[in-house]
Amino acid sequence: MPSKWNFGTIGLKLATTLGFLFIHIPIFIIIMYAFSTDEKTFQFPLPGFTLKWFGVAWERNDIWEAIILSSQVAFVSTFLAIVLGTLACLAVYRSKFFGREVISFLVILPIALPGIVTGISLRSAMSLFGIPFSTWTIVIAHATFCIVTVYNNVLARLRRSSHSMVEASMDLGANPWQTFRFVILPNIATALLAGGMLSFALSFDEVIVTTFTAGQQSTVPIWMLTEFIRPRQRPVTNVVAVFVILVTTLPILIAYYLTKEDEGGKK
Amino acid sequence: MTNTLDKFFTFLFYRKGLAIFLLLSPLLIWLGVVYLGSLFTLLIQSFFSIDSFSGVIKREFTLESYYDLFRQSTNWDIIIRTTTMAFTVTVVSAIIAFPIAYYMAMYAGPKLKPVLYLGVMLPLWSSYLVKVYSWKLIMVKEGILTWCLEELGLMHLLDVILSLPVIGGTSLSFSYIGMFLVFVYIWLPYMILPIQASLERIPKSLLEASSDLGGGPAQTFRKVVLPLAFPGVVAGSIFTFSLTLGDYIIPTIIGNSSYFIGMAVYTHQGTAGNIPLAAAFSMIPIIIMMVYLMIAKRLGAFDAL
Repeated sequence: MPSKWNFGTIGLKLATTLGFLFIHIPIFIIIMYAFSTDEKTFQFPLPGFTLKWFGVAWERNDIWEAIILSSQVAFVSTFLAIVLGTLACLAVYRSKFFGREVISFLVILPIALPGIVTGISLRSAMSLFGIPFSTWTIVIAHATFCIVTVYNNVLARLRRSSHSMVEASMDLGANPWQTFRFVILPNIATALLAGGMLSFALSFDEVIVTTFTAGQQSTVPIWMLTEFIRPRQRPVTNVVAVFVILVTTLPILIAYYLTKEDEGGKK
Repeated sequence: MTNTLDKFFTFLFYRKGLAIFLLLSPLLIWLGVVYLGSLFTLLIQSFFSIDSFSGVIKREFTLESYYDLFRQSTNWDIIIRTTTMAFTVTVVSAIIAFPIAYYMAMYAGPKLKPVLYLGVMLPLWSSYLVKVYSWKLIMVKEGILTWCLEELGLMHLLDVILSLPVIGGTSLSFSYIGMFLVFVYIWLPYMILPIQASLERIPKSLLEASSDLGGGPAQTFRKVVLPLAFPGVVAGSIFTFSLTLGDYIIPTIIGNSSYFIGMAVYTHQGTAGNIPLAAAFSMIPIIIMMVYLMIAKRLGAFDAL
């Protein structure tokens, strides 16, 4: 940057720092509260620190059930999203004649429209066709909005990788399946993994659509929501919150490093 | 078996159209049938009505639900309240996000840039509910914010703010200001990233050209940077606006129990069991978003996504 561009740099730095504090401090506060000895209120400063609530949370069956359900849903919907998203990407990335914009729009719609719309429309369709609520109804809902993460990641990678490799593979006598298996798949593997990670985090955290499609079952976010509205043991909720932060943060970090290396390597 | 598969793939390879059709159909069936089908079902249901005596849904075409929806002034209040909130949140998010995005795109060095990028990505993706909950902890009367303000001797300032009509309340966690703060907090990263991406795409040569042609920093900013970054702002606003419009968790956990569109939809379909009215109600955010997306497309926001 030329030096005359430094006008107001200090102000800019200040605004950025404050902005970052604003978006990060609340997360640290909730982690801190998980160690509080205070049982009834959200009193600050904290009266003392303890690890007790982690033990209490470990013993609670309802928490385990929610975690297991959430993990199952996240795994299955991520798998479905990977299959649907990747196939569509393979179709779309080389063909210009097809209404590619339509596909991109369709894929983004479930997250572009407010969650409540997605939730209630799936619910009303399920009730109209008499589909009983089960783990599968949650999976259907989650896969619908998870496709976009896989689709975007894989499509971006396919566009960046050169098509000549595919042509070379075919010229050298590989059949289309071999070409996919040994050329395309290794090429998009990290993008797939990154998309899958994001999709897992997205599913693990989704609450609005889940409320409408879960029936009586509790995923982790539904469990938390119930606790917020009718608290039983507040410190245990804080412990679960810390757990959720970890479960959603780690996949994002992994996804970030997987896609970052790719950019570095390709340039 | 493998041989048949090989033949099948080779067969497909020479029939591009069929191959594309086969690759696309799972997604199209899923999104077309499951998702668009559901949206369509919702639309149909909004034209049904509910028998006020038996509570049974009558499957006949009627505009009763829409009539019910628009007849009551409380529903208008809900719609106006929600859109006003969504609009305010969007504008304020853009104002806060712009300098951050600007710094990230124009000033941050190659070492700092990825750190800042991750610093925005992590809060964006990390748990929505946990983030809302953490603000509950922060804003309750006995919580950390009160403590900070007391230490700084600024409690009376908070009292003045809370005593304001309409936006005030008994404590921050039961007021529109509190809700507004949480909305801005939660959606801010969604605004930063598209703006940063659009700023990132401005060729540096353009800035140099402007300064060579005698444009001062302020002029360059106004005439070059701002117009080129604007699609990014609109792209970010799609998220902040849409997400606020449909949210019902934040108004449930924070706020003074006055209804927002999401809560109204939730209550009508759940407690009241009036699915047609809930369906009609949810058409409002859909229509608002459709109009919004059309305008956004005009403004070039889709290229900035």
